[in-house]
Amino acid sequence: MVNIGWRTRRIGQTVFTLWVVLTLTFALVRLLPGNPMGAMVQQLIQQGVNPARARHLVELRLSVDPNKPIPYAYLDYMGNMLQGNLGISMYYSEPVVDIIARSLPWTLFVLSWSLFISFFMGVIIGALMAYWEGSKLDVGLTSWAILMGSTPYYVLALLLLIFFAYRWGIFPTSGRQPTGVAPGFSWAYISGILRHAALPVLSMLVASGVASLGMRGNSIRVLGENYLRVARLRGLSDITISTQYVARNAVLPMYTAFLISLGEMFGGSVVLEQVFSYRGLGWYMLSATYQRDYPLMMGMFTILTVAVVLALLIADLTYSFVDPRAGGQTNETY
Amino acid sequence: MRNDPQTTDRDVRTDGGNVSSPFEIVSEYEESRRDRYRKLYDAYVHAPVAIVWRDWRARIGFTLVLFYLLMGLVGPLLIEPTEVTEGPALVQPFENWAYPLGTDNMGRDLLSQTVHSTTTILKMITSGALFTVGFGTIVGALAGYKGGIVDTILSSITDVFINLPGFPLVMILAALLPIGGNPYMVGILLSVGAWGGLARAIRSQVLTIRHEAFVEAARGMGIPTHRIVFKEIIPHLMPYVVINLTNAARRVIFEAVALYFLAILPFKSSSLNWGVMLNQAYAKNAYLTAEALHWFLVPMIAIVGISVGLILLGQSLDRVFNPRVRARHERTAAENGGLESKKNEDDMNVNDVV
Repeated sequence: MVNIGWRTRRIGQTVFTLWVVLTLTFALVRLLPGNPMGAMVQQLIQQGVNPARARHLVELRLSVDPNKPIPYAYLDYMGNMLQGNLGISMYYSEPVVDIIARSLPWTLFVLSWSLFISFFMGVIIGALMAYWEGSKLDVGLTSWAILMGSTPYYVLALLLLIFFAYRWGIFPTSGRQPTGVAPGFSWAYISGILRHAALPVLSMLVASGVASLGMRGNSIRVLGENYLRVARLRGLSDITISTQYVARNAVLPMYTAFLISLGEMFGGSVVLEQVFSYRGLGWYMLSATYQRDYPLMMGMFTILTVAVVLALLIADLTYSFVDPRAGGQTNETY
Repeated sequence: MRNDPQTTDRDVRTDGGNVSSPFEIVSEYEESRRDRYRKLYDAYVHAPVAIVWRDWRARIGFTLVLFYLLMGLVGPLLIEPTEVTEGPALVQPFENWAYPLGTDNMGRDLLSQTVHSTTTILKMITSGALFTVGFGTIVGALAGYKGGIVDTILSSITDVFINLPGFPLVMILAALLPIGGNPYMVGILLSVGAWGGLARAIRSQVLTIRHEAFVEAARGMGIPTHRIVFKEIIPHLMPYVVINLTNAARRVIFEAVALYFLAILPFKSSSLNWGVMLNQAYAKNAYLTAEALHWFLVPMIAIVGISVGLILLGQSLDRVFNPRVRARHERTAAENGGLESKKNEDDMNVNDVV
């Protein structure tokens, strides 16, 4: 089958991307003009640690040995990374991997809800607009969608925070879980988690504005196709036509658009988690950036990238299930 | 005109036949320089403007973008930069006309902050959009046209940049590199995470035209690659490229403001911009009191406004470059001899915003 060749290439490409990212983080720490590594050593020496010990500490925390020549240090670094040793955070003094294990699930939780809700809102609103094309409803919804598309997610996030959390107190203002409730499968805990995630999820609804415009365009294009006329002539029921013909063909490009926006949503979590003090991956990454906690910063960036790259790979490989036409093609498909 | 009985007399030969070679025909009309200018004017100024002006979205888009350009270019000449304790703290908007949009917690005029920051943002947009689009177009066109090993290398690099989460990368680079507050540098930094998608799109466009006759002809004539790419291929993609300029501009605004909001980029208190305004309002807990709401709203409205303008402008540019809409304009312009505008049937064709 042709598919196998394409899949192998796609996986190879993923591995290549991950290698580039690891190399990039190494280069940033080791070769940057500011030399973060040297700065860390200097800092420790100024704190009264003797130079040899300072170098050793930095080596431990960054998993890069500052004394070794660059090629050897690079190999060591790659070896450490592959073993899942991302170094030790300067600020929290615990392995970066532990902090990631603690925060990543929360980010994934919020993101999957955002993705799910904005996808379905985009599809439904877009289909409505296309169905009543040119009507008052269409003009109104189009204007709404353009306004949503022009609003950065963090602007919506701040507005939601001001009104829904601080003014009206409907949702909590910060945090990720209810205080004073023991974690577990109790209604109080689960509903508390949902309430804390609600505002970050709602902020991502701006994405549905853009998506609905895309869906509208796709549906209108499909509505004009000849095969719909043929389907009608064949006497197929309206339900069959709308679900099997219109929806299927109009949703496919949406799926692609969402794959591409995935990376942006992950990136957006940095800002959102800061606004809502939601301690996920993005929150820790930003705090690491403020503290100049290089091991944590680089580790978070690496994991964020791995998450995005793997998500794209999975989505890409499953794409042929959604669209049988996409199987066996080159990487042009998405 | 050749077969028109009234005008054929000078074309008829002694043997009664007509002119046989088209090369012998000389135009009956002499095109004066004025005519030529009028045609150029119609093709490059009148037609686009007339097409665009028919559409309500285009009218709003152009007006908004023009408004921001004026605000950024002329505004700083008219409105003085603001200072701490220039006025009382947290004046409400539209109450004291010395501070039409109100003041922040240190008595700084928000209108002045907004206007002066427009200039900075326009600089970021200029360098950011030019770099994103320029780099993306060149890489994409080269990869698509050359194919083979060049394509493999360039496409692999492009794929890496598409897959990377752009904003975190830009964030790290902004924190580690000595960027400073130079708006042009900020724009270039932001293009790091944005050019990939465009390069991919341009490449697939080039793949569709690389076997067109005019490209084959140029190749057959031995014209060097860079001239074919720049003189033959890229001009054909210009519409697409120009529309992408507006999208790139929007992205630059969003990300630049986010970087300043997160206080990752350094700023001086003399050069506040929309992102810094949001940052200070957030950092000073302005969300706690109702009196400070306008401190958030002023920069928010500024961002959303220019972004709406750019989206609408991008959509209307799509219409200007759309050959079918153009042809319709030329027909109506020929029939009515000018500015007469026809109501558009497909007024609402919003296809791609992203």
